This record gives sequence, structure tokens and C-alpha cells, in this order.
Amino acid sequence: MDIVSLLQTAFELGLISGLTVLALFLSYTMLNICDLSTDGCFTLGASVGAVVAISGHPYLSIAAAMGAGMLSGLVTAFLQTKMGINSLLAGIIVNTGLYSINIAVMGNSSLLNMNKTETVFTKMKDALSGTFLSGQGKLIIGLIAVAAVVIFLVVFLKTRLGLAIRATGDNPDMVKASSINPVFTTIVGLCISNAITGLSGCLLAQAQKSVNIDIGQGIVTISLASLLIGRAFMGKGSILKRAVGAVVGALAFRLVYTVALRFNLPAYMLKLVSAIIVIIAIAGPYFKNRLPELRRQFAHRKGQAVTEPEDKGGKGDA
Amino acid sequence: MLKIFNISKTFNPGSVNEKLAIDDLSLQVAPGDFITIIGANGAGKSTLLNAVSGSFYTDRGSIFLDGKDITMVPSHKRARDIGRLFQDPMLGTAPGMTIEENMALAAGHGGWLSRLSHSDRERFRAALKPLDMGLEDRLTQPVGLLSGGQRQALTLMMATINPPKILLLDEHTAALDPKAAEKVIHLTESIVKENGLTCLMVTHNMQSALDLGNRTIMMDRGRIILDISGEKREKMTVEDLLRAFKEEAGRALNNDRMLLDS
Repeated sequence: MDIVSLLQTAFELGLISGLTVLALFLSYTMLNICDLSTDGCFTLGASVGAVVAISGHPYLSIAAAMGAGMLSGLVTAFLQTKMGINSLLAGIIVNTGLYSINIAVMGNSSLLNMNKTETVFTKMKDALSGTFLSGQGKLIIGLIAVAAVVIFLVVFLKTRLGLAIRATGDNPDMVKASSINPVFTTIVGLCISNAITGLSGCLLAQAQKSVNIDIGQGIVTISLASLLIGRAFMGKGSILKRAVGAVVGALAFRLVYTVALRFNLPAYMLKLVSAIIVIIAIAGPYFKNRLPELRRQFAHRKGQAVTEPEDKGGKGDA
Repeated sequence: MLKIFNISKTFNPGSVNEKLAIDDLSLQVAPGDFITIIGANGAGKSTLLNAVSGSFYTDRGSIFLDGKDITMVPSHKRARDIGRLFQDPMLGTAPGMTIEENMALAAGHGGWLSRLSHSDRERFRAALKPLDMGLEDRLTQPVGLLSGGQRQALTLMMATINPPKILLLDEHTAALDPKAAEKVIHLTESIVKENGLTCLMVTHNMQSALDLGNRTIMMDRGRIILDISGEKREKMTVEDLLRAFKEEAGRALNNDRMLLDS
């Protein structure tokens, strides 16, 4: 494969998986919830989307995948706000449950093929054939989806509901003081973020014309890595800047990954690489903050034997 | 306005840490009352405010606000009628959001999908101007950049921008430096006066307990042991208060911060 088509694939994949990064931008950055049901929800979107598309409804498949994601988010949110289950645990529980549900959705199978299925991608391909954009269908759909979600988030997070969701992640007591129920904002936030995750899964499955039960495996770590890379690139600022940063992070991640593959890094290393990126991105700032303290500790330990204060005897009480 | 009938609250019941924080307490607050609350450490002052604002439900008794039974109403619903400030200035605002976004949430009119309008901004600017802290020119800055005094003043503004039926102040100046504390106290006084607010204020400063408001209650072991107003209160000095405490509680008043301050 030549370098241009490699980059193109990286870009397409980056845009589609960038949707999940935007979902985490809402749940992780804004709502301050690490939603560990993301893997299962991604697969749910993929399998529901595939089943609906195979049954002959390419457009409906998108809505169905988003609706299924929303439902999954509703369950996760319900468990953590109404059932007294820790938010990380709620995500893990839903993720586990979704494994069975996903296989059931795919009709007792862990693999579905969409080689002959009409999807938004085949529709776009047909529409573009003969024009100068011929063959750019995946890219265009990715761009449209990402732009739509970014615009939605930028507008939504400035509405009163959006502000309340951001405040819930920032200071839930203040939300209550504004006579808003943080349970409600958490539920709405997770429903929306999971709908976006479902969309992401649906589009990825249709772009690669197949879905298997492992399609979402590790996507939460990969997306978190992308999100944190994006933050490093774009820093803090307006919502728009940060949302674009999330997408840039997703693209950068895919690009690095593609280059790494080029240098014969085996494909299965993707998840280890993303795990390491997340560790560095979170632990890095932590150690940077602690650096003066660590230096002091080191200097103290080194110099202690020489500079130990002598007992002056009777002058002080310590 | 606020009527409290025989409320009790025990924390950690059945454990070694069991504590009867509020003990069969009743209190009637008239509209426009500004009540200062004093008492020893652990007397139940903050617990009383928490009971009114709904941080927990009381074990017994009932609470009425403006004729409405709010005993079992969740705190976020009570917040419509109750404004509240804590000792920690960080508690009242969302640090990652801008001043205008914080105020928009507190001002709380318009539907879920409404956005900040130009007239909202004008309104916020007008509300912040009397603080004389220059906040009206910093509407789009994150609240996290403000000092403790500025954040507390902003919280006070947010709590009263839609005048509540009752304002609960829990040592809201205790964590501020003396100058900022004085300013916030002045602001509190003028806002309460302007809007004719009913107010409960916990303080550890005996002098300001007597100077501010029209009524002072003293708490001990979850009960109200002294309730003074009118002429009797006007003649009272800090020494009288301390003596009164000893007579009622049968021991000297111990509140470390109170002693440090007086």
C-alpha cells in the first residue's frame, strides 16, 4: 500500500473513532465520569447498526445504533445514580452485560458480514461515482459526522442544560444549590455520550463492512489516549477548541499508529501502545507537579548524613 | 416564614460514633428576621442549617417554609426557596466555568435549551457592579481564577439574584482574610436589607452575633438554650452572653475560634 492511501485510511479511521473521543470529551472531561461501558456500547452500536442495515435500512441503522447507545447510557447512569453502584463499577457491569446482548443482537453469532449490504457508505459511494470526489466517501461521511457532533456539542454545552452538565462534573453541590438535580444531568449526559459512542461503532462497522464481537475491545483506552493527546496539543480554552482538540488527538493517534505499522510494529500492539499513552498522559502531569517535592526528597536523603543538626543541648525542646 | 417543630437528628445511630446532633428542636422564624446563631463546637449549628436546606432528612419532627411542608422535600427542590453559603468559598461555585456561566445557572430562568443572552449579561454586570471587585469586567473568566473573597461575594450574589425566601449563612466569612470578611459582611447586610430577606447566620464571632440582625439564638448539644431579641438583646454584651451560656449550659462556653477572636 502506498503512503497516500495509508494516510487516507488513518484519516478515515481517525475521524470515525474520533466520534468516540468526542463522547468521552462529554462524559470524561465535562461530566467527570470515566464511562467504562464504552467498549460494550461501541460494539452495541456496531451490531445494532449492522443488523438494521442488513435488514435493508441503511439510514435507519444510524438512528437505531444511536438509540441503542442511548439506552445503554441510560442503564449505566441509572445504576450509578439510583442504585448506589460506584460509577466505575456500573460501567464495568454494563460492559459485561452488553457482551451477551451484542451476541444476541447479531443473532447468536459473534461475526456479521456486510459485504453485500447497502449502507450509508455504499450510498455515498454511488452518489459520488463519476464526480471528482469519487472514492472519498468514507472521508466525507467521517467529516460530516464529526462536524455534526462538534457543532452539536459546542451549541449544547452552552445551553442551560449543557451548563448544568458541565457544573455537575465541576461542583455537584453548586448544581443542587441552583435547584437542578445532578442525577438528572448525569443521566442526560451519559445518554448523549453513549449515543455518540453508538454512532461511532455503527460507522466503523459499516466502513469496514463487518462487525465482530471484539470490535469495541479497548476502545475506551484508545479514545482516552486520543483525548489526552488532543488536550496536550490544544490545551485549555473554549469548548470549540477543546472539542476540535479531541478530534485532532484521535487523528494524531491513528497517524502515529499507522506509521508504527509501517515500521513493522505488529497490529496487535495497538492496545499496549494506547495503554502506555494513557499512563504517560495521566501520570506525566502528576509527576511534573510532584517534581519539586521529589527533588527535595532526593537532596534531603543524599545530604542527610552530613547535615544532620547537632544537639545543642538545652536550647530548644526539639 | 420558617417553622421548625420538634426536629431530631442522630448521626451514625447504633455505632460507637452515635451522636445526637439535633435534639427535639423547635424554632419559629418571622418574615424579615435576621437571626444570628452561636454556640460551642459541635453544638449543632451547622446541622440545623443542613436540616433546613435538606442535606439530610430529620429523624423526627417537621419543617415548614412559608406555609409549605418541606420536611421530606429533596434539597435541590428546596434550593428554589433557600439560598445558602458555606464557610468554604470553593463550595458555592464551579471553578472550571466562567463567571457568567456560573451566574446563568444560579439565575435559572429560561428553558433547558436557552442560552445566555445579551440582556442576561447586562443583568449580571449590573448585579456584580455593587461588589466593587471588578468582576463585572471579567464575566468570561473562569471562576477558579478568583480569590476566596471574590468567590464568596460571587456566591452571595448568585444565592440572592433570585431573592430566596430564606438565606442560610454558615460562617460564610470565617475562611476569608479580615478585610475580605468585612467586605462580605457589609455586602450581606445590604443585600439582606435591600431584598428584605429572612436570614439565619451561624457565626463564631460573638460581637458580630450581637451587632448583626435582630435576634440571636445560642445552641448547645443540639438544643436552643437562649433566644434573645429586642431590648434585652440590645443591652447585651459579649460578657453577658458568655455568662448566660454558663448559666444555661452549666459549663463554660468552649469554642476555640470564638476565644481566639474575642
